[in-house]
Amino acid sequence: MSGRITNILLVGVGGQGILLASEILSETCMLAGFDVKKSEIHGKSQRGGSVVSHVRYGRQVFSPLVPEGEGDILFGFELMETCRSLPLLKPGGTVVANDLKIAPPSVLMGQESYPEGLEDRIEALFPGFLLVDGQGLASEAGNPRAANTVLLGAVSRRLDIAERYWLEALEKMVPKKALEVNKQAFMMGRAL
Amino acid sequence: MKEILSGNEAIARGAFEAGCRVACAYPGTPSTEILENTITYKEIDSSWAPNEKVALEVAIGASFGGGRALCTMKHVGVNVAADPLFTLSYTGVNGGLVLVTADDPEMHSSQNEQDNRNYARFAKVPMLEPADSRECKEFTRLAFELSEQYDTPVMLRTTTRISHSKSLVELGERVTDLPEPKLVKNAAKLVMLPGNARLRHPLVEERMAQLSRDGSTMAINRLEMRDKAVGIITSGVCYQYVREVLPTASTLKLGMVHPLPHDLIREFAAKVETLYVVEELDPFIEEQVRAMGIGVTGKEIFSLCGELTPGRIRTAFGLPEAAASPAEKLPGRPPNMCPGCPHRGVFFVLNQLKAYVTGDIGCYTLGFMPPLSAMDTCICMGASVGMATGVTKVVSKEEQKRVVAVIGDATFRHTGINGLLDMVHNQAPATLVILDNRITAMTGRQDNPASGFTLMDEPTSRIDFPLLCKALGVRHIRVINPLDLEQTRRVLQEEMNRPEPSVIITDKPCVLVKREGVFQKGPVYSVEVETCTGCRACLRIGCPAIEWRPAGDGGRKGTAWIDPLVCTGCDVCRQLCKFDAIGRAK
Repeated sequence: MSGRITNILLVGVGGQGILLASEILSETCMLAGFDVKKSEIHGKSQRGGSVVSHVRYGRQVFSPLVPEGEGDILFGFELMETCRSLPLLKPGGTVVANDLKIAPPSVLMGQESYPEGLEDRIEALFPGFLLVDGQGLASEAGNPRAANTVLLGAVSRRLDIAERYWLEALEKMVPKKALEVNKQAFMMGRAL
Repeated sequence: MKEILSGNEAIARGAFEAGCRVACAYPGTPSTEILENTITYKEIDSSWAPNEKVALEVAIGASFGGGRALCTMKHVGVNVAADPLFTLSYTGVNGGLVLVTADDPEMHSSQNEQDNRNYARFAKVPMLEPADSRECKEFTRLAFELSEQYDTPVMLRTTTRISHSKSLVELGERVTDLPEPKLVKNAAKLVMLPGNARLRHPLVEERMAQLSRDGSTMAINRLEMRDKAVGIITSGVCYQYVREVLPTASTLKLGMVHPLPHDLIREFAAKVETLYVVEELDPFIEEQVRAMGIGVTGKEIFSLCGELTPGRIRTAFGLPEAAASPAEKLPGRPPNMCPGCPHRGVFFVLNQLKAYVTGDIGCYTLGFMPPLSAMDTCICMGASVGMATGVTKVVSKEEQKRVVAVIGDATFRHTGINGLLDMVHNQAPATLVILDNRITAMTGRQDNPASGFTLMDEPTSRIDFPLLCKALGVRHIRVINPLDLEQTRRVLQEEMNRPEPSVIITDKPCVLVKREGVFQKGPVYSVEVETCTGCRACLRIGCPAIEWRPAGDGGRKGTAWIDPLVCTGCDVCRQLCKFDAIGRAK
């Protein structure tokens, strides 16, 4: 176990299940024997606003917040929110983004349009970033609502934590009747 | 056994391990989850009170009766509970009493960012400040012990980043050797009339002086010597940021931020070359250190506003900034009322009627945002009612008709009810709208006297708002369906024109209420594309289920579209469509 801290940011829209995903991630880190801290803002973000969850693990973690510009991995559940949080990443950081687009109120009301070409903007700053068809793969696994688990699988391959800890955390935190689909979705993401 | 707990979960665990018997609170971000977790321990009687003052009074009663009691609230809640708090400082306790104040630097979900460390000094009570979840649990246990040892209520201060961050906690056992509560009369200590209170005040001063002396040897006030060039006094989450950004600096980590351990501070100051205080909001520690005659740097390099972050501390100490990519220019994503929210129609009509709306605190405060734009003031819990009365005292008779107070059911019984008493007693010609959605929605759907269930999920009496208003002396009480725009408009107009106090009660539940039989989702609606003229009338309510679809190349203006996965079938948009293009989905 190195003294290095790994900084992960999970971003998206309130109601997307980001808090559960960050809970599973934190649990995995703990099971693997790391110190772990996680932080996010509850409250108004639940009403469809932007959500940013910070997870940090390593030998000993002090700050629960990822220091600005030191994120190692940005784990985006929605494309525009992924783009909004890019400044939190360090240069050369890893981006794993769901290709889902959720229109904010101003776009719903027709006052502005959902920005075009976000994939290109991310690619320009973080070449080779991973764009995931979360809903599509989750449907293949048996339930489109398991998109977060596909993404979690994709992120898992980019972290130094053995597969068994991820599966142990899933078994502990996912309701029994949804477990098989979620395991399948996780493994599909892990293959990306 | 180790678990990952939030600060709030860890405080609940600490109370359990400390043998706490009673937990009482009014929900408020970021404190709410403490009581939502004490209910998992059957040994603790957990309850929501109508406001923070009552919550503290319940805890005081439990303490005087001989049991350990926990009371929790957000920072502004202490303003409401301040009256009993200041005199409780004089009486002291019987069973230990811990008051949690959850502060919100940066105002993530609050109307101000007051620094409640000042309350500890003002009320002359000790205050502990944990720096992670492990300390939240340990300090809660310690707070109960100190409370009994020094005969004082003890405040435990968290901030949002402590309450809502998770970290590893080692669980312990519940203490079992506490005395059984029983009634003991002790009027000289507990009846605070001048004669008794004058005898108690010197004891308070002695207690605080003793705590300051003892603080220098308490394990929670920790001197950590590293490089002596820079010494930093800090506490709470700021300690974590300092360790992150300045790993070689020496630190004096204060677990008790009031009273300050003077001897320990002098010892630390003498050992380091340059002394700093890193603290959020007010120069609370800094000014007291300076008053001790010790030179220190603090707010010269830190803002008095907002929370600190590792980056802000890095900047203050002149360290190089991280080479991050620039911020992208993107549409914002503000929070919004839920699809089908029964508040939406009320604000839509208030906007149309050009009402001057004194608002209040809850989800419905979002009614100030476009396109509804129908809230003109928001100060604190319950303020809408008294303020409406005040506005009518100064404006013309014509303008008085536009004055409407809007308040939710939980906020009304929190402190709005007193305002209505005044409005009726002094016959203010204002209209009060009580949005009864049968739940405390904003903080996460807590049960309350309007829901008819307790925190422990037991059925109880449900408040009868029309009967209550009648008993207070209101002569004009109307109950409306807020999803019926025509009725809402007609009744609001009639009552606004009436030169007397009147109350309108909306009668539709919050769409998030999970309890069976309360909220019923209706059939989903859809837009008939051939009939839609693209007039955008349905977009004026800002419903998250309705999306504007710009025209393709067909030369049309574009049309509205309803997301069937988001729509709850509230019917409000259909009432806005003059062309009958919206109807139940086929």
